[in-house]
Amino acid sequence: MRLSELGKQQTASVVGVEKLQADDAIAARLQDIGFVAGETVKVITRAPWGGDPILVQVGTSRFALRREEASRIVLQPGVQHG
Amino acid sequence: MAEMALRIALVGNPNCGKTALFNQLTGARQKVANYAGVTVERKEGHFFTASGHRISLLDLPGTYSLESASQDEKVTLDVLRGQHRGEQTPEMIICVADATNLRLHLRFVLEVQQLGLPMVLALNMVDAAQRRGIRIDVARLSAELGIPVVETVAVRRGGVDALVQLVDQTASKIPAAAAARGGDLHQQVRRIMADCVNIPQLSDAKVDAIDRWVLHPVLGPLILLLVMFMVFQGVYSLGKPVTDLIGDNFDQLNKLVASLLPDGPLRGLLCDGLISGLGTVLGFLPEILVLFFFILVLEESGYLPRAAFLLDRVMLSVGLTGRSFIPLLSSFACAIPGIIGSRSISNQRDRWTTILVAPLMTCSARLPVYALLIGAFIPAQSIGGILNLQGLVLLGLYLLGIVGAMVVGWVCKRLRPRDAQQPALIMELPAYRVPQIRDLALGLWERGSIFLKKLTGMILALTVLMWFISSFPNPPAGATGPAIDYSIAGYLGKSLQFLFAPLGFNWQVTLALIPAFAARETAVATLATVYSVANADDVASLGHVLAHQISLASALSLMVWFAFAPQCMSTLAVIRKETGSRRQVVLSFSYMFVVAYACSFLTYHLVKAFA
Repeated sequence: MRLSELGKQQTASVVGVEKLQADDAIAARLQDIGFVAGETVKVITRAPWGGDPILVQVGTSRFALRREEASRIVLQPGVQHG
Repeated sequence: MAEMALRIALVGNPNCGKTALFNQLTGARQKVANYAGVTVERKEGHFFTASGHRISLLDLPGTYSLESASQDEKVTLDVLRGQHRGEQTPEMIICVADATNLRLHLRFVLEVQQLGLPMVLALNMVDAAQRRGIRIDVARLSAELGIPVVETVAVRRGGVDALVQLVDQTASKIPAAAAARGGDLHQQVRRIMADCVNIPQLSDAKVDAIDRWVLHPVLGPLILLLVMFMVFQGVYSLGKPVTDLIGDNFDQLNKLVASLLPDGPLRGLLCDGLISGLGTVLGFLPEILVLFFFILVLEESGYLPRAAFLLDRVMLSVGLTGRSFIPLLSSFACAIPGIIGSRSISNQRDRWTTILVAPLMTCSARLPVYALLIGAFIPAQSIGGILNLQGLVLLGLYLLGIVGAMVVGWVCKRLRPRDAQQPALIMELPAYRVPQIRDLALGLWERGSIFLKKLTGMILALTVLMWFISSFPNPPAGATGPAIDYSIAGYLGKSLQFLFAPLGFNWQVTLALIPAFAARETAVATLATVYSVANADDVASLGHVLAHQISLASALSLMVWFAFAPQCMSTLAVIRKETGSRRQVVLSFSYMFVVAYACSFLTYHLVKAFA
């Protein structure tokens, strides 16, 4: 399961960030800002007009990610609701 | 000077309150410039500690990491390593971290520590952390990191005293750098967090409550619309009276100088060239400052990234990004600050597209021209009792610019090569904050002075030049027409007319386009001169003359021309400066010229055929 598929107000645990190519700057940045294995993430809300981008809470910070960016983040299956 | 200043660099993540801290430490003693060779802002300030040490403080760009490739981050890393041309390596680092967001910020602290420079940590916004019940064991944190840690509240008076004291102590004896650690930074952060920090609640209940409204799928866009409406209302109701006041005062000064000097070229140069030119530039300032003020308030409060979040999808579909929203909003006052503001867009292509479309936003310099033409040609008819035809035409001209920008953005998107760097959003939505007067004042001062510095020289030189070509040579003895007919400008207008005749412009209008290239609104003054209207501010009588001299089709065509034309040399000069590319300037100029020409041509002929 990927972060782009996670529902609104749902929580999950990060497995890792997938690189689309060897020097994927977006993947590197996602790791820098805290999307690393074991971290808990929560989708706070989705933007109007198609639900893209999404607002994600990781740790104490909130980031707006486009779906295409969020789809790089692999989550543990078995979502905990909350 | 008794001693050399101690060079300290201020680093930290974006949104850590670094700028507020810098403002609190240095007050107004700061200098803003660019780093050599790049368009990254360089801010330096200085202050004195209690025992008289002079500290020179360099505010490095906020960044999440030292490894990624953006320009800001590269500058930060190069300066810290002493590899940036023309910069000395700092002797010490003050790393700033938001106490409410340590999970994110500590990783960067550890990354900076690996550079091996002496360092202290300023734990900022401890008041907000306390309010949220976040407890931090500062002594233990300091021991774990191996560096001094002080708590600060950058927005409170006296909130940085502990930091200044620490700097004072360390100035005479700089602490040794902590031993560099290898290994996974995220793991270390987690361990330190577990040992030193207790967070009862991951998110701030207040932020949650506001965001539920502001980011609501239906209410959010409505609130955004309301905010933008209030900003524009504010610009016109607060800025306009001051602008008029400045205009009146310059008119008075003009009359005074005119009455003191004998008639002749010197009086012409001073009154028509210098004073009215200066009046024009300064006349823009109030509206632009009011707009900047609102943008700063929105920026400082944390609302702007939310607006960008709401608009990202719409902007993306026309080849822009949510981040383009802020520069494009500024462009409604003037494209110059908008183009400068596009620096915050990290993706090169997104930034170029934003710069390309920014001049299409209806800037305040177009308004005098629109006001003249609408007043003269569009009847003040009410439609359905509430709407006014004149107002609708003005709205239409604004929309024309916006739609034009969308089309251009879309074309740019289609032309983007497939292998180009993927545009990214990844934007932090920080906690809401009450904007501080000190930060607003300094921000306003900084932006206002950049604007004035960029513009005054350019506009002054051009108005003087315009005055020269429209005053010389003098009309021959016994000439009957207005003096400008016989001048270089008159000659130019007539010789360029063949180019603009297909758009329905007579030679007088063509002539007015020449000074409009320096500053759009001067077209009004030029038309007043050629049609020998005594007072250029008397828009009603100039409008009356115009209505007899040119057709409705020509007037509409002229409005469309002003909506798209590559006018205002200052804008082109800023594009050159900000992109460092002559190609970009040529591209901007030529696409706008072609679009303006085609649209005016169509307007002229369609209106002529149907009306």
